[in-house]
Amino acid sequence: MPKPENCRFTKTHEWACLEGGVATVGVTDHAQHEITDIVFVEPPKPGRQLKAAEACCVVESVKAAFDIYSPIAGEVVAANDAVTKDPAVVNRSPQEEGWLFKLKPANPGEVNKLMDWKSYQEFLKTAEAHAGH
Amino acid sequence: MTPRRTPLYEIHKKYGGRIVDFHGWELPVQYEGILKEHQTVRGAVGLFDVSHMGQIWVRGPQTLEFLQKTNTNDISRVGPGQAIYSHLPNENGGIVDDLIISCFAKDKYFLVVNAATLENDFAWLVGQAKGFQVQLANVSDDYGMIAVQGPKALELVAKEWPAVAALPGRFTALSIDVLGEPGIVTRTGYTGEEGCEFIVPAAITAQLWERLMSLGAPLGVKPCGLGCRDTLRLEAGYLLYGSDVDMEHSSYEASYGWVVKLDKGDFIGKRHFAKQKAEGVKRKLFGIKLLERGVPRPGSTVIVDGKHAGTFSSATFSPTLGVGIGMGYLDRPDLKPGARAAVEIHGRQVPAEVVRMPFYVSKELKNAKA
Repeated sequence: MPKPENCRFTKTHEWACLEGGVATVGVTDHAQHEITDIVFVEPPKPGRQLKAAEACCVVESVKAAFDIYSPIAGEVVAANDAVTKDPAVVNRSPQEEGWLFKLKPANPGEVNKLMDWKSYQEFLKTAEAHAGH
Repeated sequence: MTPRRTPLYEIHKKYGGRIVDFHGWELPVQYEGILKEHQTVRGAVGLFDVSHMGQIWVRGPQTLEFLQKTNTNDISRVGPGQAIYSHLPNENGGIVDDLIISCFAKDKYFLVVNAATLENDFAWLVGQAKGFQVQLANVSDDYGMIAVQGPKALELVAKEWPAVAALPGRFTALSIDVLGEPGIVTRTGYTGEEGCEFIVPAAITAQLWERLMSLGAPLGVKPCGLGCRDTLRLEAGYLLYGSDVDMEHSSYEASYGWVVKLDKGDFIGKRHFAKQKAEGVKRKLFGIKLLERGVPRPGSTVIVDGKHAGTFSSATFSPTLGVGIGMGYLDRPDLKPGARAAVEIHGRQVPAEVVRMPFYVSKELKNAKA
């Protein structure tokens, strides 16, 4: 399972981890904390083509629905059944068992344009990080 | 407008409450999390700050006559020490507010009304009081209010206030010393669980909260926010004024016809209520349960027989049932429990069915009714 240090991060609090030509995508611990108790997840279906920053996955708490944006462009190759069956997994383990879907990147280099772990930690200290979720 | 704070604001910060603006009040939506707090109230006992709610004393020789005129329910059914849920009707058969009225003496009643409607309610009642020998006093700023709710609520309060636990059932009221100050306790709540509500001088509210926290520690008491208050009350089928009932909807339409007592004599808007009772309503509030995954929200469209039948006035994920539930006005008053429906969620039609409310009845309240 991906270590945060090996992942890349968006300003909308998704992470993407490229391993063996496939990117695993999820939400960060910061995002799950802001969303609060997750009771519903609808990941994109395999085969769907996503653009970078496209809203592609719905995550809902008791109080509200949140869009999750694809960190990079690509084709969905897997959705995590574990999170549809037990959405609270995303709260418990956002960067491991709580991954949302896997993508085959349109351009494998695109992921490197995202923030690394250290930059994301810095980003979390800014006001912009708290404007979204 | 500057947000208002209850006497428990510092307490909420201390316990890690996530503060939101609720009708102009700074109140916690949650502490640890809505699901955990919801389960605490269903399984043990939780404390709620409901100090934002409004309190009004009505006193004087014609208090009962005045309350009979301004309420749909028959207030003469309650004597000293008893409480009753009622609606304040307007001239058109709409509802100005829903409230709980406690009787302390033949000429002394205590009203607890919603926070967002308090100013309007008070002005409305003062306007209606002309010609009656009554005095109305809006004492909302003088009191703090704490709801103690859950199957272990009475066990908790019995530790220090045995008289509360000994009250003869739900919808009873008691004047009682709380931490040496005069207070009121009612066996009421908005969660569908056993419990009571303390109404005490603002200055001792924080002290009472801490006392309840320490008395309840062995029972697993937790502070609970507005988030679970809403999921709990929706499961219990309680109306939220302003969403599920308002000036435009009557008690009959809200499926709360039991709070209208047409045989008690005249009251405001009675003509409209009598007409609706005789002719039936054109729209009605129904409870609807999703049959597949999905989280309905207020405003979600409900489809019956392929047609738009209405929208949800309240809807959420039910933590107890593990499915989406909601209530909403449907222009199909003929529907019966079991009728199939669909709810539009994110452009998808999720299968659902009409169910009898409440969605959930606690063991304690079921036994209390039997």
